[in-house]
Amino acid sequence: MSTARAEVPGAGSTGRPQPGFVRRCIFSTDHKTIGKQFLFMALFMMAIGGAMAMLMRWELAFPETPVPLMSWVPEPYMYGGAIPPNTYNSMFTMHATIMIFFVIMPILVGCFGNFLIPLMIGARDMAFPVLNMLSFWVGAIAAVILLASFFVTGGPAAAGWTSYAPLSAVPIYTGVDWGQNLWCISLIVLGISSLMGSINYITTIINMRTRGMTFFRLPLIIWALFITAILLLFALPVLSTALVLLLFDRLAGTHFFLPQGGGEPLLWQHLFWFFGHPEVYIMILPAMGIASEVISTFSRKPIFGYHAMAYAMGAIAFLSWIVWGHHMFQSGMNPALGSGFMITTMIIGVPSAIKVFNWLGTIYKGNIHYTAAMMNALAFVAMFIIGGLSGIFMACTPVDMYIHDTYFIVAHIHYVLFGGSLFAFFAGLIYWFPKMFGRMMNETLAKVHFWITLVAFNCTFFPMHILGMNGHMRRIYNPLQYDFLKPLQPINIFISISAFVLGAAQFILLANIIWSMAKGKRAGANPWRANSLEWTTSSPPVHGNWDGPLPVVHHGPYEYSSPFGEEDYLPQNVETPAKAAVAG
Amino acid sequence: MEIASLSELIRRFWLPQGISTYSPRIDFLFTLILCITALVWVLVTVTMIVFMIRYRARPGRTAAYIEGNPRLEVLWTSITAVILIALALLSRSTWADIKEQGPPGEVFYKVTAKQFNWEITYPGPDGKLGTSDDVTVENEFHVPVNKVVRFELTSKDVIHSFFVPWLRLKQDAVPGRHIHVWFEATKEGEYEIPCAELCGFGHSGMDGTLYVQSEADYQRWLKKKYAESR
Repeated sequence: MSTARAEVPGAGSTGRPQPGFVRRCIFSTDHKTIGKQFLFMALFMMAIGGAMAMLMRWELAFPETPVPLMSWVPEPYMYGGAIPPNTYNSMFTMHATIMIFFVIMPILVGCFGNFLIPLMIGARDMAFPVLNMLSFWVGAIAAVILLASFFVTGGPAAAGWTSYAPLSAVPIYTGVDWGQNLWCISLIVLGISSLMGSINYITTIINMRTRGMTFFRLPLIIWALFITAILLLFALPVLSTALVLLLFDRLAGTHFFLPQGGGEPLLWQHLFWFFGHPEVYIMILPAMGIASEVISTFSRKPIFGYHAMAYAMGAIAFLSWIVWGHHMFQSGMNPALGSGFMITTMIIGVPSAIKVFNWLGTIYKGNIHYTAAMMNALAFVAMFIIGGLSGIFMACTPVDMYIHDTYFIVAHIHYVLFGGSLFAFFAGLIYWFPKMFGRMMNETLAKVHFWITLVAFNCTFFPMHILGMNGHMRRIYNPLQYDFLKPLQPINIFISISAFVLGAAQFILLANIIWSMAKGKRAGANPWRANSLEWTTSSPPVHGNWDGPLPVVHHGPYEYSSPFGEEDYLPQNVETPAKAAVAG
Repeated sequence: MEIASLSELIRRFWLPQGISTYSPRIDFLFTLILCITALVWVLVTVTMIVFMIRYRARPGRTAAYIEGNPRLEVLWTSITAVILIALALLSRSTWADIKEQGPPGEVFYKVTAKQFNWEITYPGPDGKLGTSDDVTVENEFHVPVNKVVRFELTSKDVIHSFFVPWLRLKQDAVPGRHIHVWFEATKEGEYEIPCAELCGFGHSGMDGTLYVQSEADYQRWLKKKYAESR
């Protein structure tokens, strides 16, 4: 426990003048501003990644017909609005790269991590505020590099977000030259940004918890972000290493991944997925944390099995290092290894199931308030169940032999990353919006957005399981080139129409964000009557987070409907009268 | 939509017909996992919906103060673990039979993937691969029905993936590696061989045909091809 170190010199209500506009809004070292910067960058990137998804769905529903309103795009990217195969390959490559590295990670880790960690552990800022600012700006440079790759000759990377060598390692194989190099450089730069962030998160959570905030009084979102930061710290250097080797192969004539020089294509896959599977959990653990906060608050009930929830996340983090081979069952890796990875993969399903059961336990005998945040959090659980269960199919090596590289996998990842991570983002955004901006989001708009998104999401991604069961390969730009896929075309058209609705519905979210920031109902300090420390300060919090001394913590964050409290909630900084009497 | 295509569409809500000796074993595992996951999904989702309706906030209600139940945690952890590990153990032998050893081969080929075609090499009249009388054909893979086919799969450039949905067979073709693959087709017919791994701008459309033929038809075709190639 470290109370003395929790005071940041010069921060807080020390009477110092507010910094000027540039220091306050652009090169700010305030964790709250940096969190918002990550949010806005991610929303901007989400618009680009989403637009590419729409173009892909048009192509899959109406292959080789010009996309409406896109005839202005110059050749060779499009031909009078029609998408050629290489552009299609670039689109799914960039869609996934943007959504994974520049939307979900910046939102869940960058935005919520930065905004929430100091506020929820009772600190005035991050341990290293300047490093924190650098983390955002280095991340922004990575985004600019990635976007720049759209404008180089040959277009952006087209080897898939997994960039399997040798396809990615030799320019003539894809026809993409600097696009792929910039892809590598962008992700190396982003890796530096993430490392700076993760070191900061770990240091802050270990050293800067306020008095009374023991590890087992931390909200689960902080546990989630702590474990995520550890995963980032160990996983990203592996990706960076692989990317540097790939760049050497492309630019310096080495043969790390090229068999003609004695290299090994599967080495790339091992390195990539050794990073890639922890990465999957980097994108879902914070979402699980958000769901835990929101579900407990709006059930007005303690989270069920707090310790089991924390240990389950620890187990996921550990197991995530020994399951990577399940991406490589059909790769030519020794099939005996596949059996081992099948068992570890099956086992990693257990802690995820524990979490689902505990969320159900949390709403059991609760007093559930159906706010828009709660609806999104419950949808997260429901969609994560489907995404988790469909994962069992591909964990089973013989079944994976059939469904690997088909739309079954596309359905699975979107149930986990959209149904999971993004619904949790919606929940978290609505829940913490008042703390971020001092105003409530519009509930009606949020609920309209929720229902359309939920229905359109399922109409888009559930039928992809059916496509996958029929062997529909992923990453093909025209299903009509195959006789056996022609009868499935009505399903593809249905999916695309649903996807357009899903895409359009996100404008409701965008409008709600913009409108609510300017005109939303003013929020009090604790609009949801919640327990954790961020609700004990003003909305938005002052520079330094609390006027006066830091709050002192007396109990865990989930004391809802406690027999000791007079209300149905008991903030962490409020001493329980009855408990105090007993102790005294 | 026409009635014919509608019924065709409805038929597509299940796995396509399996035509290899191991396809029933894979379909069994698929169906088993589908039954288990569907049952779990119904139980969990129905429970969730019942809780959501029953425990909705109403005036005068308060939530129960329950922090957890260690016995329940142990129970659902162990049940989940037992089911999942049992599934893994059950799948192991199928996997080992398909990808680790398998029966001895009766006919042998070499399949080489390249951007964006499959090259199939057949043994000539001497019945041996790697001799000067070999015949190489693009995208046409003729095999006799009810014979154990073994082939060596490799690639000339990037990674491709040899996929025949009806065989339930998929295996990546990796440059620099020679991967041994086997299947035994049980039904005559023509089946597509798409590439399942992104291999460049021509990935979409990379498509061969597997011709499963009677022994006599197969021999006739092979002789004709051999004659053409000389």
